[in-house]
Amino acid sequence: MTQYGFPVMTALIVLPLAAAVALLFLRQEKLARLVTLGVGILECLLALPLLGYAPNGPAFQFVEHAAWVPALGMSYHLGVDGLSLYMILLTVLMLPLCVLGSWTYISKRITEFHFCLLLMTSACIGVFAALDFVLFYVFWEAMLVPMYLLIAVWGGPRRRYASIKFFLYTLAGSTLLLAAIVAFRQVGGTFSIPELMEKSYSFKFQLWAFLAMALAFAIKVPMFPFHTWLPAAHVEAPAAGSVLLAAILLKMGTYGFLRFCLPLTPAASVTAAPFMIAISVASILYGGCIALGQSDIKKLIAYSSVAHMGFVTLGIFLFSLKSVSGAILQMLNHGITTGGLFMMIGLLYERSHSREISDNQGLGKFMPIFMFLFGLFSFSSLAFPGTNSFVGEVLVLIGAFQGNVWIGFAAVPGAMLAAAYMLRLLQRVTWGEPSAFKSSWKDLGVREWATLVPLALLVFYIGLAPALAITTIEPSIDRTLSAMRAKNQAMGLTKDMPLAERLRLPASLTVAKAPDSTRKELP
Amino acid sequence: MTISSLLPELWLLGIICALFLASINGRRDVLSWLPAAAGLGVLVAAMGLSARGEFFLATYRLDALSQFFKLIISFGFTVVAGIAAARKDNRQDLTPDYFMLLGLSAWGLMLLASCVELVTLYLALELSSYSLYALIPLRGQDRRAAEAGIKYILFGAAVTALALFGLSYIMAAKHTTYIAALAATSWSFDDAPLAVLGLALFLAGFFYKLALFPFHFWCPDVYQGAKNETAAYTATIPKLGAVVVLVRLAAFFAPHMELTTILAILGAVSMTVGNLAALVQRDIKRLLGYSSVAHAGYVMLGLAAGSAAGLSAAAFYSLAYILMNLTAFYVVCTMAAGGENPSLEDLDGLYKRAPGLAMILAVAAFALVGLPPTAGFTGKLFLLSAAWDQGYYWLVIVAVLNTAISIYYYLGMVRHAYTGESEASALAVPRSSLVFGSVLAVLVLLLGALPAPVYDLAARAGTQLHP
Repeated sequence: MTQYGFPVMTALIVLPLAAAVALLFLRQEKLARLVTLGVGILECLLALPLLGYAPNGPAFQFVEHAAWVPALGMSYHLGVDGLSLYMILLTVLMLPLCVLGSWTYISKRITEFHFCLLLMTSACIGVFAALDFVLFYVFWEAMLVPMYLLIAVWGGPRRRYASIKFFLYTLAGSTLLLAAIVAFRQVGGTFSIPELMEKSYSFKFQLWAFLAMALAFAIKVPMFPFHTWLPAAHVEAPAAGSVLLAAILLKMGTYGFLRFCLPLTPAASVTAAPFMIAISVASILYGGCIALGQSDIKKLIAYSSVAHMGFVTLGIFLFSLKSVSGAILQMLNHGITTGGLFMMIGLLYERSHSREISDNQGLGKFMPIFMFLFGLFSFSSLAFPGTNSFVGEVLVLIGAFQGNVWIGFAAVPGAMLAAAYMLRLLQRVTWGEPSAFKSSWKDLGVREWATLVPLALLVFYIGLAPALAITTIEPSIDRTLSAMRAKNQAMGLTKDMPLAERLRLPASLTVAKAPDSTRKELP
Repeated sequence: MTISSLLPELWLLGIICALFLASINGRRDVLSWLPAAAGLGVLVAAMGLSARGEFFLATYRLDALSQFFKLIISFGFTVVAGIAAARKDNRQDLTPDYFMLLGLSAWGLMLLASCVELVTLYLALELSSYSLYALIPLRGQDRRAAEAGIKYILFGAAVTALALFGLSYIMAAKHTTYIAALAATSWSFDDAPLAVLGLALFLAGFFYKLALFPFHFWCPDVYQGAKNETAAYTATIPKLGAVVVLVRLAAFFAPHMELTTILAILGAVSMTVGNLAALVQRDIKRLLGYSSVAHAGYVMLGLAAGSAAGLSAAAFYSLAYILMNLTAFYVVCTMAAGGENPSLEDLDGLYKRAPGLAMILAVAAFALVGLPPTAGFTGKLFLLSAAWDQGYYWLVIVAVLNTAISIYYYLGMVRHAYTGESEASALAVPRSSLVFGSVLAVLVLLLGALPAPVYDLAARAGTQLHP
């Protein structure tokens, strides 16, 4: 049981699932919204104990452990550490906001829409909380189906194309992840992630496992050459779908790097780091340049996501305490900021029925409150000092300059590009020549306020007082990074070892081959 | 060692006799009691799970493997009867003799599960095949059904001849037909070339039942031609018979022997060919036909591994396979009220016309892909991990890449059902039928989320072959 004598994590996962099943038997469509909103608020309350996470306590807290398939070494194992804590909180927060944000946006098949939202929430929390490799994979894949339906049923005109592309891309990427999971069981003898973390693997195995896992995670992030599904999916998805996609789904990729690649394949991660840094920088610059040329607001934000996530992967693969905490903070910030932006575009779309910049120009005079919040999120997105993204981006950049000055110099234009494309968007939407404005477009109502204010508060809170968040996550990062260094040292990996020599490195402990007894014991 | 341990077989035989009597008395209302009687048979088979013993000069053995498969076979027969019963009001062609033939075929497979001697095994196989030869062309005046019947018989007869020819080689080389005695001898090609060749030919008979490449050509045509209920049966339960025999015979091999390599290669080709061919199908039954070719390939992962874990994974996967396939066929049969072949376009707008069916179809389709948390995923996970443990890295990678290919056409079914629009009127599905389908879908999910109890049963069967 957990320190609260109450299975917090299980409750967080099961409540939306149970509510989703209950929705199926609900006769009145109108009620579905209220029920889901209630569940969302209840879920937020249930997540409150997580705030009691003790940064300097044990590595994993709120741990729950139960046998699942003992014959194969699978277990139901959940827990939270500094890497996953804020991701879970963000997921929980997004559910009620998404319900509120699509209160009028979704007008057909309402029950099914909320059914998908609830399933998504449950699966996403599971992904971040799972400490068993198979359990992780179960949630990782289970989340595809509701997301697919969100895009395919409630999406825009090209929804069929976008949803299939999303599904094929992400599923194809994660098939090799399954092979890696199976391989880890053979080598490490278990599916339990904490146990696997304690072991060391030969370099050759690490390299193959890293490639298989990195492909899955890089597609999810998405990193530069694998990003093409993202703009399509974002543009076609309904507002709430885009919010979930940006705020939570993309984080799973970077979370996967942190949770699996760094601790399980440390030597391969270090070896691949220059390459990963290169494509991170490529993502930052490429995403920024493409965003600069977009006329569709949603597409612009989608490409800006590619650039922002580039900063996250850059921070992760610099392997310094500062840069990785910056990366995690940036994951959280991107969720808040881009989530907020997509929510606002949804509200705008409800009024103008167009996502083109040219159809939404000059709203500053007519919808001041809307533009205030839109400006706030835009400034946060370009990492304006005082907003949340500034903290994350600066930490990553400090890490970059510490690691290698040239990496820092290569990433800085990304921050400038962000200012350029966001200010261009903001300038035209606020002060451009009004093109399609109708007096029937009301400024934000109470419900819309309620949707956006929590996110806006978080923008300021993290921007002005980031210390709290950083101190919570730092011990976990420190633990991960020092374990990684210790393992590489034990293996005898040195900085300028050529690849051919690295490939011959054996595992440092005697766990490279599963003992025959485990293999025989597993009928 | 008493007759009571044969109760699962005897119960089904009783049902067959009752159907026979109903048939000669001209009574047509068998569907009112058949599903219940068959369901009781599942209970009987579950109670017989721990029965052990040998009969008829040790040619017929009750062990963990046979009892596990008898349970699945009786379950599958019940589901087929249930699917047929769901639409009994509009169907005149589901007569007692139709079900009698179905029952006889299932009965032959039950016997097959217990046979541990090659000649007995052959007889049991033929017993189950003969009734299928009669069943497949039974579809009113449909010419495609006649074509399917001819294809099935000709193909079946040729493969049977091959198998018998192989059997003669095995007898000549090993001087015994008892599986236990055969397992004690060496099966590497260097030691016994004639016997290995013979066994390869003998296995062909079962590959044909399983629709493994290159013996799969009949499969899509027969599914398309046969009546929906017949196709549901042919697609699922006879494969169990093939798997149980292959599991018994695969215990001969160590990994990376000539025959295991053949199994692995056939498996890899079979899944790739099946999945690629399925991509372009429009008729759902043809699509499911090719999908079953692919799934036969997946089962080979466990058989090629040959270890206790591999054999139990193959047994578990065959259960998962029939469960998800029967769920998919339930939707096919229920949709087509008049018994016609539904196409992908007929699925359009299913979410509006029959929301329950659409959801059941989605569960079945995602299970067939192997997405968690469904039975298809856990089954595949067990197979992959067994094959990886025995060093079949390339086979595992081919298998996971095939998942990526297959998603397209399975997703196509869901896409048509959920995003297609159609003007067709709502489908009236009786509540009892919907409950039945939901139970199937829930079982698919349950077997995926909590596989441990069933996997332990399969594991007991696997360890018994590999003590």
